[in-house]
Amino acid sequence: MNSKLFNWIDERFNISPLIDFMKHKEVPVHKHSIWYYMGGVTLFLFIVQVLTGILLLLYYQPGVDSAYESVRFLMTKVNFGWLFRQIHGWAANMMIFFIFLHMFSVFFTRAYQKPRELTWITGMFLMFVAMGAGFSGYLLPWNELAFFATKVGTDITGAVPVVGNMMKVLLRGGEDVTGATLSRFYAFHVALIPAIMTLLLGLHLTFVQRQGMHEPDHFKKALKKKVIPFFPNFILRDALLWLIVINILLYLAVFFPWELGLKADAFAPAPDGIKPEWYFMFMFQTLKYIPAHVWFIEGEVLGVLGFGLIALIWVLVPFWEIKIKPGTKFRPMNVIGAIGVIYIIVLTVVGYMV
Amino acid sequence: MNEKYLNNTSVLISSIFTLLLLVSFGFAEEAMDSDKQDSTGVTNEFSNLPKDDTCISCHIEEEEMPEGFNENDIHMQAGLSCVGCHGGDNTIDDEDEAMDEENGFVGVPDREEIPALCGKCHSSIEFMRDYQPRIATDQVEQYYTSIHGEKFKQGDENVATCISCHSSHGIMPATDPRSTVYALSVPGTCKSCHSDKDYMADYNIPTDQYEKYAASVHGEALLDREDTGAPACNDCHGNHGTTPPGVASLAHVCGSCHVQNEEYFSQTQMAKEFAEDEMHACLECHGNHAVAKPTDDMVGIGEDAICMECHDVDEDGYFAADSIHIMLTQITAAYDSALSKLEEVKIIGMDDVEIGFLLQDAHQDIIHSRTLVHTFDPQRVKEKADVALKNSRDAIKLGIKELDDYDTRRMGLGVATLFITVLAIALFFKIRYIEEEQEKNKL
Repeated sequence: MNSKLFNWIDERFNISPLIDFMKHKEVPVHKHSIWYYMGGVTLFLFIVQVLTGILLLLYYQPGVDSAYESVRFLMTKVNFGWLFRQIHGWAANMMIFFIFLHMFSVFFTRAYQKPRELTWITGMFLMFVAMGAGFSGYLLPWNELAFFATKVGTDITGAVPVVGNMMKVLLRGGEDVTGATLSRFYAFHVALIPAIMTLLLGLHLTFVQRQGMHEPDHFKKALKKKVIPFFPNFILRDALLWLIVINILLYLAVFFPWELGLKADAFAPAPDGIKPEWYFMFMFQTLKYIPAHVWFIEGEVLGVLGFGLIALIWVLVPFWEIKIKPGTKFRPMNVIGAIGVIYIIVLTVVGYMV
Repeated sequence: MNEKYLNNTSVLISSIFTLLLLVSFGFAEEAMDSDKQDSTGVTNEFSNLPKDDTCISCHIEEEEMPEGFNENDIHMQAGLSCVGCHGGDNTIDDEDEAMDEENGFVGVPDREEIPALCGKCHSSIEFMRDYQPRIATDQVEQYYTSIHGEKFKQGDENVATCISCHSSHGIMPATDPRSTVYALSVPGTCKSCHSDKDYMADYNIPTDQYEKYAASVHGEALLDREDTGAPACNDCHGNHGTTPPGVASLAHVCGSCHVQNEEYFSQTQMAKEFAEDEMHACLECHGNHAVAKPTDDMVGIGEDAICMECHDVDEDGYFAADSIHIMLTQITAAYDSALSKLEEVKIIGMDDVEIGFLLQDAHQDIIHSRTLVHTFDPQRVKEKADVALKNSRDAIKLGIKELDDYDTRRMGLGVATLFITVLAIALFFKIRYIEEEQEKNKL
C-alpha cells in the first residue's frame, strides 16, 4: 500500500532523487558536532512560534480597548489559553537565545567562509527579523511595561540621522505610541515578519542542504572522517533534542509564567524598571553610558550609528575576515568574537543589576 | 599573485570595529559626570518687587524690612504694596513727606484696629470683586461672633485677630501650601497659641488638643499622610466664626463628613435619650480631639466595648451589642481568609479578577455593616453582614477552585513531561540501536 502510494506520487513529482539525496547526505562527527544542532533547535522553536501564534490569533483582538482584555480573557477563561501564551512567550525568548548560540558557533567555527557567505548573510537577517518579531510582539498585550518599552525603543529609532524621525513616525503610525502603533505592530508581527522569515528561512535551509554541513579545519585534515547519515541518524538526534526543549518549555510555562501586568495608560507616569527585552539590553545599556554629546554628535545618534555600523560589519564578516598563516596560535577573529560575546554578556548582566 | 594571509584592509576594519566596542565603555564615567552638571543660579532676594515703590526701595536700602516679609505675599502680588494698609505715598522720594499723615500715613496699626483695617477691603464686595468675584466678605462679621471676636470686643489683649492666623507680611491664599492657613498648616497655627500653657493660663481650657489630635485618626491622616481631605481644626470649629461645637451641633459637625453614620444615629431612640440627657452624640463613644480609628471591639460586651459603659448585663442593649459584635467578627474573619486566598492565587499567577471584584464588594459591605452599627439594630446589621459574608465565602470558593486548577495544571505538566521523557529515552536507545546495527553492517 505504502509503496503504491509512493509510486503514485513519485510518478507524478519524481521525488526519488530527493529521497536519494536525503539518504546519502552525511553529517560529520567531531568535537564541535554539538553546534550543528543549534540551527535545528531554532527551526523547531520557529515552528512552535507559528503554531502557538496561530492559536493565540484565534482570540487576540488588536486595539487599545480590546488587546489587553482579550489577552486577559485568553489567559483566564480559555482552556489552555494560558499554556499557549506562556509557550509562545518562552519559545520566543529561547528562539532568540538559540539564534545567538547558532550565530556565534558559526562565527567561531568559521562556517561562514566561502562558499557559505550567503548562508551567513541570510542567517544574520533572520536574526534581525527575529529580534523585530520579539520587539513587535512585546507590545501586543498592551500592558504598561510593554507600552513604555515600545515608547523608549521607537524613540531610539528616531535618533538615526536623516531618516530617523520618518522611521519613528512610520513605526508608531504617528508622533506617539497609540492604538495606531498597536495595529501596526500587530500587522508586522503576524503578517509581515512571518512572511519575511519564511522566505529567508527557505533560502537559508536550501543553502544548507545544497552545500552540506561545514567541516572545521581540523576535520578536513583528518585521515579517517567519522560521519553519520543525515537520515535517520541526524534527524533522530535532532528530534531527541527537540523533545528535551519541549520539556523545558513546558516547565518554564508552568513554573515561570509571564505576567500580564497592568493595562497600558498613556497618561500614567512611566513605571519603575522599564527594561527592554533581554536581547536588546546590551544596546540599551550602552546608550545609557554614552554621554549626551561626543564632539559635535549627539550621544544617542553616535550609539545608534555605532551599532548600525557594527551590525553591517558583522553581516559582512565573510568578506573581510582576517586570515592567518597555518600554524599560527593567535587567532584575531576569535578575539573579536570573544570581545563581542563578553561585551553582550557583561552589559546585559549590568543592565539587569542596575 | 602571491597568497596574502594578512590582509591590510581586514586589519583596519577589524580595528575600527574593536575600537567602537570599547568606545562605549570608555564614556561610561564621563556620562555620569555630565548628569551631575546642574546650574545653581543665584536668586536675588526681593527681585520681584516693584522698583519704583519708594517704601520698598528705602526699606530694603535701610535693611528695615518687616519681620516675616515675603515678596510673594498675596497683597504684594496684587499690587497693593505697603501703602494699601499703612497709607502714605509710595511715589515720593522724600522719607518724611512720603510718610506724612497728610498723605494718609497710618504707620503700624494698633492691635484693636486690625479687624477693622482688614475689613476695610475684605468686607466690601464692591472692592473685593475686582480680585475674586465669588469671594466671601463676611469674615469680620463672623469673627465678632467667634469666641476670639467676643473676647476681642471685651478688650482681651491676647486673643487672636486676623494677623494671628494669617500673618502680616507673608499672607498667602489658603490653597497655597506656603500659607499659615493651608490645610496641613492649620493645626500648627492653632497650636502656636492653644498649646502654650502660659499663654492660655487665663482661659481655663485644656492645652493638649494638638497632642491628642496629632495622635488621632484625623491627625494621622492629615499630618502624617498629608491627606488634605482629612479634617483640620477649622473643619469642626469653623474658620472666622470659630467656636466649640455645642451638644446640638456636634452630630452635625461629624455628620458633615460621616453622613450615613449621622443619619442612622439620628433616627435611633438612643439619639433622643442622648439629647435629653445633654450628652454629645458622637463624642460619648468616639471622643473629640483624640478620636481613634474605630475597632470592632468598641461594640459588644468585651473589655474594650464602649456599650458596656452604659448598658448592664441582661439588658436588651447588652444582647444587641453582643450579637452585632459577633457578626462583625464573622464578616472580617471571612474577609481576611478570602484575602489570603486571593494572595495565594495572585502569587501563582492564576485568575484573580473575579475574586478581586467579590472582595471589593465584600469590603464595601463590611464598611456598610459597620456604619449600620449606629442604628443599634442587630437585624439591620445582619442584612448587610449576610451579604458581606456571602461575597467573602464566594471569593474563597473561587480561590479554592483556582488553586485546584493550578494543581491540575502541574499534574498535567507532570504527566506530559513524563511522557515526553519516556519518549526521549526510547528515542535515545533507538538511535543507539540503529547506529550499532549500522556499525555491524559496515563490518
